[in-house]
Amino acid sequence: MAASAMSISNWMLAFMLGGYIGISSADTPSPNLGQPAGDIVQQSQWHLTILPNGSNLPAGSGNAAQGEQVFAAQCAACHGPAGIGGSALALTGEVGSLTDEYPEKTVNSYWPYATTLFDYIRRTMPPQAPYSLNADEVYALTAYILSQDAIIDRNLALTQDNLPMVTMPNRDGFYSPSTKP
Amino acid sequence: MSASRRQFLTHLVAGGAVASSFSRPVWSAASLTEQLPESMRKAGGEFTNYGQPSPHEQAVIRWIAANPDMPGNGVSWTPLHELQGTITPNGLHFERHHNGVPQIDPATHQLLIHGLVERPLTFSINALKRYPIQSRICFIECGGNSNAGWHSQPIQSAAGYTHGLVSNAEWTGIPLKILLGEAGLKPEAKWAIVESADGASLNISLPVDKLLDDTLLALYQNGERLRPENGYPLRLILPGWEGITHVKWLRQLQFVEAPAMTRDETAAYTDLMPDGRARQFSFEMQAKSIITSPSVGMTLPDNPGIYQLTGLAWSGRGKISKVEVSVDGGETWGDAELQQPVLAKAFTRFSLPWQWHGQYAVLQSRATDESGYVQPDRKTLLAARGKHGFFHFNAIISWEVSEDGGISHVYI
Repeated sequence: MAASAMSISNWMLAFMLGGYIGISSADTPSPNLGQPAGDIVQQSQWHLTILPNGSNLPAGSGNAAQGEQVFAAQCAACHGPAGIGGSALALTGEVGSLTDEYPEKTVNSYWPYATTLFDYIRRTMPPQAPYSLNADEVYALTAYILSQDAIIDRNLALTQDNLPMVTMPNRDGFYSPSTKP
Repeated sequence: MSASRRQFLTHLVAGGAVASSFSRPVWSAASLTEQLPESMRKAGGEFTNYGQPSPHEQAVIRWIAANPDMPGNGVSWTPLHELQGTITPNGLHFERHHNGVPQIDPATHQLLIHGLVERPLTFSINALKRYPIQSRICFIECGGNSNAGWHSQPIQSAAGYTHGLVSNAEWTGIPLKILLGEAGLKPEAKWAIVESADGASLNISLPVDKLLDDTLLALYQNGERLRPENGYPLRLILPGWEGITHVKWLRQLQFVEAPAMTRDETAAYTDLMPDGRARQFSFEMQAKSIITSPSVGMTLPDNPGIYQLTGLAWSGRGKISKVEVSVDGGETWGDAELQQPVLAKAFTRFSLPWQWHGQYAVLQSRATDESGYVQPDRKTLLAARGKHGFFHFNAIISWEVSEDGGISHVYI
């Protein structure tokens, strides 16, 4: 009986000291098992997301003519010959349609940042082999799609320096909501 | 006479099977064998390492809709119209994948927390399993759930196969704020770019306030490890927020000052409004409800008959405070009974018995949450949001009952 009473009082003492054995902090306990990431954080695999200011864009360049070749080989089967009319979402055209009876949210009519196009192509396209396109090819595809609606000049070679400077037609088309209804 | 003996006799007399004054039944091996179901006259099947539903329930499935050219890009709907209670079985939890379901080895998977933090850290799955854990029952609803509600004509698919991109489970894992405390957020860290380890490398920006509030780093789903299609080995749970934010197959959180404007927070999961602008970062799911049974495609078998009108309600703002049900298209409403306990940001099961006399009826439910928000009717929603919002459709849903008991989906 004495042993039993002792174990209960020990348990209660531990509980009062913070809910578990050996530590008296009232804060949420963390076992602190994260390992210092060290040089790992410098690896490019952890910096894939392209920010609107161009951060993380790789070196390289490509223009619309080059992009047209890549598009025909890699994209047209799903997106249609000029980015319209395939089984996948339309990429081009319909700029200015967002207040129409039937608005079309294409890359060129809806997306607010051109950097997003580079980011998304590289990480997802073509879907059976993401990351298989090199930086020049992704710049070229981006240039081809944007040039279809004259957002950039057809002869412009896009690079990490000028892609963030591209102004999309719907750049100011977004706002954070009030939530009703 | 024993109780069982009395019941047995009463049963026989009441059933008219034996008209006799004898108090002792006549035992006959042959007739007893004929009376008993086959399952009682033989040994049953073997044990199983992992149980499966009855073969008689094979029609209770997720309905899949994917792009034929890209079969990993699509959805599967939870069959809400076939289920009861509030917990979605793991094999029926809805799916939304952008490029298929990856198979990830937990022994090699790492989570990286970096960017605007004092101490960039990596975590193995084994390390994460040693952290203090919490469980949270909550719904996850795809922002695109019920998007057929925007169509000009009411879709006639079964209730779950239009509105079942929402499911409800007990998620167990580590409060994310514990790990963020360990890494030490810098004051200028306002958003995290969160990225998945699947073939879509899905990336999305999430505000720090939510990540420090009730966000969970989930390892378990209804008591077992996450299913591959629900993020194995690691996913985020952001109670009450749209599904895209509950990033599956989580590999990193990179803290930054401003959102990255990724594809899934600009081109998609934004709500086009009538003025041509779009709501962005509309994360919170508003109060919604649906009568799951009886519902479109079903038939009321008995006239007259008593039917249990039952369904689900949920709100990303907190608890459901009231669910009203109408059988006359919203002319009059009655309060449904709410199954207890009612949990914040979780499915709430409601029910109300209904005496049907063969009359034309329109069944509706209307949810109110603890913030006072009332689920709008469809006309009100469209007046405010236009016809092309696509996401966040939460209007009242109407089931029309014809005189012959058939049920269809209508707009009123």
